[in-house]
Amino acid sequence: MSRFKDLQKNLFGGTTSNARQFGMIFTLVGIVLLFQIWTNGLTLSSTNLIIMVQQYSYILILAIGMLMVIVAGHIDLSVGSIAAFVGIIVAKVMADYDLPWPLAILVGLAIGVIVGAWQGFWVAYVGVPAFIVTLAGMLLFRGGNQYIGNADTVPVPQGFRQIGAGFLPEVGPATGYNNLTLLLGLAACVAVVLRELKLRKTRTEMDAENAPMWVSAIRVGILVAAIIFVTLRFAGGRIGTSFPISGIILAVLVLAYSFITRNTAGGRHIYAVGGNARAAELSGVKLQRVNFMVMMNMSILAALAGMIFVARSAASGPQDGLSWELDAIAACFIGGAAVSGGLGTISGAIVGGLVMAVLNNGLQLKGVGSDMVQIIKGLVLLLAVALDVYNKAQGRFSIIGTLTRSFRGGGTPASPEPTQQSGREPVKTPVA
Amino acid sequence: MRSITKEFPGVKALSDVNLVVKAGEIHAICGENGAGKSTLMKVLSGVYPHGTYDGSIVYQGQEVRFSDIRASEHAGIVIIHQELALVPGMSITENIFLGNEPRRNGAIDWKAANRQALDLMARVGLSEDPDTLIKDIGVGKQQLVEIAKAFAKDVKLLILDEPTAALNENDSQHLLDLLRGFKERGITSIMISHKLNEIEAIADSITILRDGKTIETLDVTAGGVDEDRIVRGMVGRELESRFPDHTPKIGETFFEVKNWWVRHPISAERMVCKGSNFHVRRGEIVGFAGLMGAGRTELAMSVFGRSYGVFLGGEIYKDGKRIELKSVADAIDHGLAYVSEDRKAIGLNLLDDIKTSMVAAKLSKVSTNGVIDSVKEYKAAEGYRKSLRVKAPTVDEGVTKLSGGNQQKVVLAKWMFTDPDLLILDEPTRGIDVGAKYEIYGIIQRLAEQGKGVIVISSELPELIGLCDRIYTVFEGQITGDIPRSEADPENLMKQMTSTKKLAAR
Repeated sequence: MSRFKDLQKNLFGGTTSNARQFGMIFTLVGIVLLFQIWTNGLTLSSTNLIIMVQQYSYILILAIGMLMVIVAGHIDLSVGSIAAFVGIIVAKVMADYDLPWPLAILVGLAIGVIVGAWQGFWVAYVGVPAFIVTLAGMLLFRGGNQYIGNADTVPVPQGFRQIGAGFLPEVGPATGYNNLTLLLGLAACVAVVLRELKLRKTRTEMDAENAPMWVSAIRVGILVAAIIFVTLRFAGGRIGTSFPISGIILAVLVLAYSFITRNTAGGRHIYAVGGNARAAELSGVKLQRVNFMVMMNMSILAALAGMIFVARSAASGPQDGLSWELDAIAACFIGGAAVSGGLGTISGAIVGGLVMAVLNNGLQLKGVGSDMVQIIKGLVLLLAVALDVYNKAQGRFSIIGTLTRSFRGGGTPASPEPTQQSGREPVKTPVA
Repeated sequence: MRSITKEFPGVKALSDVNLVVKAGEIHAICGENGAGKSTLMKVLSGVYPHGTYDGSIVYQGQEVRFSDIRASEHAGIVIIHQELALVPGMSITENIFLGNEPRRNGAIDWKAANRQALDLMARVGLSEDPDTLIKDIGVGKQQLVEIAKAFAKDVKLLILDEPTAALNENDSQHLLDLLRGFKERGITSIMISHKLNEIEAIADSITILRDGKTIETLDVTAGGVDEDRIVRGMVGRELESRFPDHTPKIGETFFEVKNWWVRHPISAERMVCKGSNFHVRRGEIVGFAGLMGAGRTELAMSVFGRSYGVFLGGEIYKDGKRIELKSVADAIDHGLAYVSEDRKAIGLNLLDDIKTSMVAAKLSKVSTNGVIDSVKEYKAAEGYRKSLRVKAPTVDEGVTKLSGGNQQKVVLAKWMFTDPDLLILDEPTRGIDVGAKYEIYGIIQRLAEQGKGVIVISSELPELIGLCDRIYTVFEGQITGDIPRSEADPENLMKQMTSTKKLAAR
């Protein structure tokens, strides 16, 4: 039995303490397979995958920022309104002042910075709870959107739409696939292999025991297979479509923020502040600065998400971004973040977001009404967190984790990112 | 309690433990941390309900099966945990009757509650307005409120888990007197404590646990039981000395604080440091003695980058040069380290693993351009794990899983990692068992031998006298004495700790 456990641990990099995230990956794979069968293969079809990426990339971008906010022990309810607020301003400056779209994007990001500084100031330097500051922000910026846009819809020019609705262009020889997407997939495969080698090297340097080579091979094999599958799907769609630009933006952000939260001092400080603010302060962490940066960062990502959404829907309207904050928050909690802060990973939040996205998409494909979709999503969120709370109270780790012990060598999520998390400890076991 | 066995996933916390407590006696339970004392008491008080352990509990001649704490309280068994279970924002009366409110027609009868509260408070010797909020009274009085609360439930067997750990000498003494009084009234007490002198003074019998097993039960009334005897039972061997050998090598003064004024963070009238002056020499271990609330922690934390209170004035000199420490980061950069008194609340992030905790105060040492080198981090932590003998299989272990002594070693490592010149250790051995204390003393002495200055704040006078080269006494925010090792004895220190005479500035 212990061999199985070793294998599970080796294959998925994390420790048993990652049971929840680990379990969520299997849940995700399970949901994908379920819908794949139920929709007769529609779920994993090229067209649907592309639509999913375009439709949920901005929610996942928000989830990245939200994860950091939640880890630091706060919450941000204003992201949907900020996205709408930035969206309308960007649309306006392009429509009314003929500002070139690249400049308009910069304007949008700058507004994200200003809004973030505003919220960060209240949270970090005045000490108003983020819940209140962002609740106020939610009203403030929703009103701002409607005031500036006169509650009208403002269309955006073609060039700008690329960031939300664009694809990688067709270049090179006619292979029947989108060549750039193929290259991207290849790069991802190489990255996975290099990463595995680096991990092994690191463990050797630590004088730690390395998993047998064949375990590494299986792990890399599964990931590479998943990447190749996804790549071919994206590259082999209708001519003119490929891996969406918004997906690339998302992938870059996920990689960058995973690195920041896991491998840099600044990222470490966010976890320290959320885990025990006073202890962090007494270790020389600048509490106010961390809180400020986290809130600011969230607003910038919200600005970006807002622009991508506007680009995709070709116009900015007064109802943009409604209840996005809730989707982003749900993604984080499903992905293993703790309500009390200090715990959670970017990849976990992404997996959590993907669970919601696949669920949403699959139910829509089946023609389930939005009423039922909401009910199901609500129950999923509740169950995912309740299960974890229950298991924490019992002092053992999650049922999902236990169940999945029998699924050796299952699959990985349909995302080009390797989903390994640093070993954080979500379960506080009572020890005598 | 007969052959109690309790298992946690992967750990056998208690195996076949027997405990016999006679009615009306004070029974002490001793053992190192992790010996299973608290677990045993949780079994007895129904925190771990019947069915989650093996063995049986016989109480007043009958086998009992408690399903929860309420059931045991109903039978008159009340446990007072180390961490007090009081609501800070509620009054004494409200706390005493929390969950047990006297009612009339469904509404709480506050008149009756207050009357009864006054009566109960008188029984535990607490003279306060029952409307006073818990957060406005000291830890000693809070402890008394807890006991009053137990009386409100008509207690017959009172279990106290480390009741005096957070109390100063006076409050401890008062509590012990109180327990003696209870005995005369026929109330049985079980007390867990690390303070062996107290146990020796008060207990009628002592049960010693080690590694989850009953080692022996000593009858104190029969005589022949002293601290050494208890220690031998606890550690399973003779302990030659409480302090490791150490020859001080004291150099010149390198750290000096002059005319230090700090006020309370909230109330503008309360001064917590009133023109304090002190200095530390290289290789010197300096003690800060004082009663609870004397302002030792406040002084230390305000020096450590103004992390407590409002700074009003004062100068800090290091190596003859005046330095400004406006933030904790400044203090760390100037070679100061502060190991806090409450490691769980403010010393550690309990979600972290050992290696993350150990490097947390100086991440720059294991990172380049802000990117952490996990190999360096691992090696640094691994080095401390070995040299400080932290009992954990790897540095990936979560700090919550460690015992108090090992957690304290992790915190020490965290600050040793910052390469400090001056370490301020606030109650470094609180809640730590005898064996680990000895190791911690050794670490402190080694640090001094490396030429670092060490300040030790402690409420245990024997510890200060045994460890320090020089002891400052603090009373009400003032430094009232500067006593060299040769003159340090408990009477002398106590006198200075309670005197208002201010020590003249050097």
